[in-house]
Parts: sequence; C-alpha cells; structure tokens
Amino acid sequence: MSKVHGRGQALSAWLLSTPLIAVLTVFLLLPVALIVTVSFWQSSAYSYSPAFQFDNYGYLFGSPVTLSVYLRTLMFTGITWAVTLVLGFTVAWYLAFHVRTLPMQIGLFLLCTIPFWTSNIIRMISWIPFLGRNGIANSVLLDLGLVDAPLEWLLFSDFAVILAFVHLYTLFMIVPIFNTMMRIDRSLIEAARDAGASGFQVLRHVVLPLCKPGIMIGTIFVVTLVMGDFITVRFMSGGQSASVGRMISNEIGLLQYPAASASAVVLLITVLLMVGTLLRFVDIRKEL
Amino acid sequence: MRDRPASFWILSAVFALFVLFLYGPTLTIAILSFQGPTGGLTFPLNGVSLHWFRDLFEQQAVGDIWGSFRRSLALGLIVMVVTVVISVMTGLAFRTRFRGSSLVFYLAITSLIIPSILISLGVGILFNLLDLDVHWSTSGLGSQLTWTLPFGLLIMFAVFNRFDASYEEAARDLGASTWQTLRFVVLPIIAPSLIGVALFGFTLSYDEFARTLLTAGSYNTLPLEIYGMTTNVTTPVLYALGTLTTVFSFATIGLFALLMKVVLARRAR
Repeated sequence: MSKVHGRGQALSAWLLSTPLIAVLTVFLLLPVALIVTVSFWQSSAYSYSPAFQFDNYGYLFGSPVTLSVYLRTLMFTGITWAVTLVLGFTVAWYLAFHVRTLPMQIGLFLLCTIPFWTSNIIRMISWIPFLGRNGIANSVLLDLGLVDAPLEWLLFSDFAVILAFVHLYTLFMIVPIFNTMMRIDRSLIEAARDAGASGFQVLRHVVLPLCKPGIMIGTIFVVTLVMGDFITVRFMSGGQSASVGRMISNEIGLLQYPAASASAVVLLITVLLMVGTLLRFVDIRKEL
Repeated sequence: MRDRPASFWILSAVFALFVLFLYGPTLTIAILSFQGPTGGLTFPLNGVSLHWFRDLFEQQAVGDIWGSFRRSLALGLIVMVVTVVISVMTGLAFRTRFRGSSLVFYLAITSLIIPSILISLGVGILFNLLDLDVHWSTSGLGSQLTWTLPFGLLIMFAVFNRFDASYEEAARDLGASTWQTLRFVVLPIIAPSLIGVALFGFTLSYDEFARTLLTAGSYNTLPLEIYGMTTNVTTPVLYALGTLTTVFSFATIGLFALLMKVVLARRAR
C-alpha cells in the first residue's frame, strides 16, 4: 500500500469508509456497548432496568454450572480444532503438492468450498438418516457384525456435535492453509530434497513452518465459530449437551437480558483473549 | 508422466473420502426426499414418489415456507447489493493508508470473529431499548451485514493488493478524471472479483442463521423456518425442502460462475 499522498486523498479515504463504519457502529459497536452496560443492570420477572450492580456476574461466577459449561465448550473447541487441522492440512497438502495441473487444483478446491455456500442447517439435518438409530451407519455396523445392537450415541450426542463441527468447518482450515501452501516457492522443496531430506522432513521443516500463517487464520475461524456456537450443539446433541452459546441463548429465551449480557461479556473476553494470542503469530493484513 | 509415489494414492483415497464426507449426507437426504407417502426419515425407501415435494406446494399445517423463501430471496439480494457497494468503497479507501485505517480494519475483523449470539443479543437489546420492532429488513439486514461485509472486504483487499496501478496512471495521463478512471478502468478490471463478492453476499445471507435468529422478528427467513420445522416436523417433507433449497443454492453458484465466465470471455476478446 502506498503512503498518504495528501489531505485530499485522506479525506476521500475517510468518506469512502464511512458507510462501513456506520454499519459496524450501529450493528456491532453499539450492540456490544449495550451488552456491557446491560450486564450491570438488574432484572425482574419479565423486564430489566438500569442499575449498577455485579449480581449478574456474581451469579455467573458463583454457579458451578458455569465452569463445567466452559470446560465442555473448550473440549468441543479443542477436539474440533485438532481434527479440522489435521484433515484440512492433509487435504490442502494433497491439492497443493500432489495435484499437478492448475485447472485440476482449482476444480478440486471448488469441490471442497461449494458446501460453504449451502445451508448449514440443512447440512446438519442431513446427518439424521446417516446416524439415526435405524440409520445407515448402524445398519452397516450390524450387517458387518461389529455391534450386536444399534449404537445409541451416534446421533444426538457429543460425538454428533463434533462430527457436525468438523463437517461444517474443515473448509475454514483448508482455504487459508492451501493459500499459504500455493505461495511456497517450489525450489525450496527441491533444495531440501536435493540436500537429502525425506518426505516427512520436507513436511516438518519446510512446509509446516511456511504454512504457519494459514494455520493460524484457520485456527482463528474454527475456534471462534465453535466457541460461540449455540445451534449446532443444540441440534446435534438433541438438546442434551450444553455450551456457552446455548447457555446465553437459553437466558435470552427466558428474557433474562442482564444475565445473558453478563455471560456474553465473559464469552467475548474469552474469545478475544484466544484470538489476541493467536494474532501474535500472524499479521493478517500481510496474508491477503 | 513420472510414476506417482505411493503417498499420492493414499492421499487421493483420503481426499475422495473427504469429498464423500462432505457431500454424502446431502445426497442421502436428496434420495430420501423421494420417499413414498408412508416412508420415514431413514432408509429403507417405501416406494418412490414426489409426495413430499407435492406436500411442500400445498397448504402447510405449520409455518409459511414460501413466504419465508420470498423474504430470504429479497433479503439476500439487498445484502448482496449493499455488500458489493460498501466493500468496493472501503477497498478503494484502503488503497491509501489513512489515519485510523488499522482501527477500521480490526473493527471489520472483530465483526467476523465475534460470536454470533452477541450480535443477536446486542441488536435485540438495541431495538428493545429504542422501542423498535425487530424486522428482517431492518435489524435482520444489519445483523447479516456484520457477517457478509468482512468477507467482501477481505476479498477486495486481496484484489487491490494485486492491482496494477499503472493502468490508472495511464488513464490519468490521457486526461481521464477520477470518476472516469474508476468507471472505465478500475471497475472493469475488478469486475470478476465483484461477482465473487456478490456470490458471498447473497449466499451467506440466504443461509444465514445465527445472527438472524433473534433479529428477524415475527416474519421468518427460510433457514429460521427450517430450524423451526426441525422441532415439530418428523416427515421427509423436511428433506424435500432441504433438497430444494440446496438445489437452489447450487443453481445460484452455477449462475454466478456462468456470469464470471461471460465477463472473463468478454475481456479476452
């Protein structure tokens, strides 16, 4: 990007970004500011009113449920992250280094990205005939004699939640990792091979370090999507499992806005801390 | 052609399994949506029929599927246009590093990574305190823009980072005004990327869910209608709807791809 050329240019830049700033002020900054404010308010049965007290936070931190819900959410996040990373890296590695022609690379890459533009809720629903009690998975397992009775934990369980997360979000790993891989100078890999590196050593000491920015961006996406989720957990666990997002959405359903706000503030701080840590390893603006 | 190493075949198998994992479930419900009238949510197929599709077009016992489809379509188109216009404007602005540009950039990133429930809750409280009714075309629209704008913006950044400014200089040297340079040089060059931004804007809005759930008001968009159906509909009509809306998504993607091809072919001439 070029340096500032003068007052006129800076002014027009400001004018051009005004619509974006306006939209994000009204629908992002203001709402977040209100959430922070309302988190100190008090609530009665069906309404809430201005106050400055810490009851909402006191209740949140005093409840043993909070910790267990956070631990469960972190477990979902950790497992989903690990699986999407390994799967996403493998797929990106295949596309970038094993597929040899560019049209083929683009074609297969699009094949991976198209589901991103279809409905998440439909993609969740589409697991029912597969995982259900009489679903395909159980029929196959029974036919093969691997189990005696249908497995009950395939659908509406933590397993199903994580499966759906992996199904929905692996793409967010593939795209940035593939992007960084395609920018790796191929002569570096040849040099490593000429110097006697094995395939694994090339992966470990050349490709992996150079892919770090892509991995970090993918991680940020997956971690924030899973940490804030409230629908996948609800739908795929059949309402049996909890997450921080679900806790908040339940409070909203009960019109407990101050309590929901306090939970939301704590969730936001948690997510921002995680992202802040991840951003120390990557400069996003340089990666575009 | 050199012989492929063993790892190629293993990774090809992994990739094929991954693609099966991605598309398999969707294909399954596409097949099951042709269930006979007495069929259930899982295999086996009790005959093959269009019963459940016909059911969709008849008077529904619950909800308003076609109304919600029309609203989703309208909202998607509005979000698409707004996303393209604002993304281009901001993309142009960011070609100079103006004071506060980093702040605006991180604001957009925050918009992307903030847990969706905060947008839903915050916009809900905002409208509640202002004594306004939440509606898909106001609070719903704004909430969706917090999701689509960052994507559009990131694409525009990537585009302008690779933009060769000498075309503009040539235009200016020939006496083009700023507006003429933009209209006849810059916009035609970035046109294919704009189609990409439009595709993101429309499809992300059309399928958006988490940020619209509490901000759409009493008139549902299609994903919300489907979500509502999951709790009280236990027939393959759910699959028929899912199949139709997925076909619609694929058709939309195809349409945009075709549009992009036309634009690129015109340029090649």
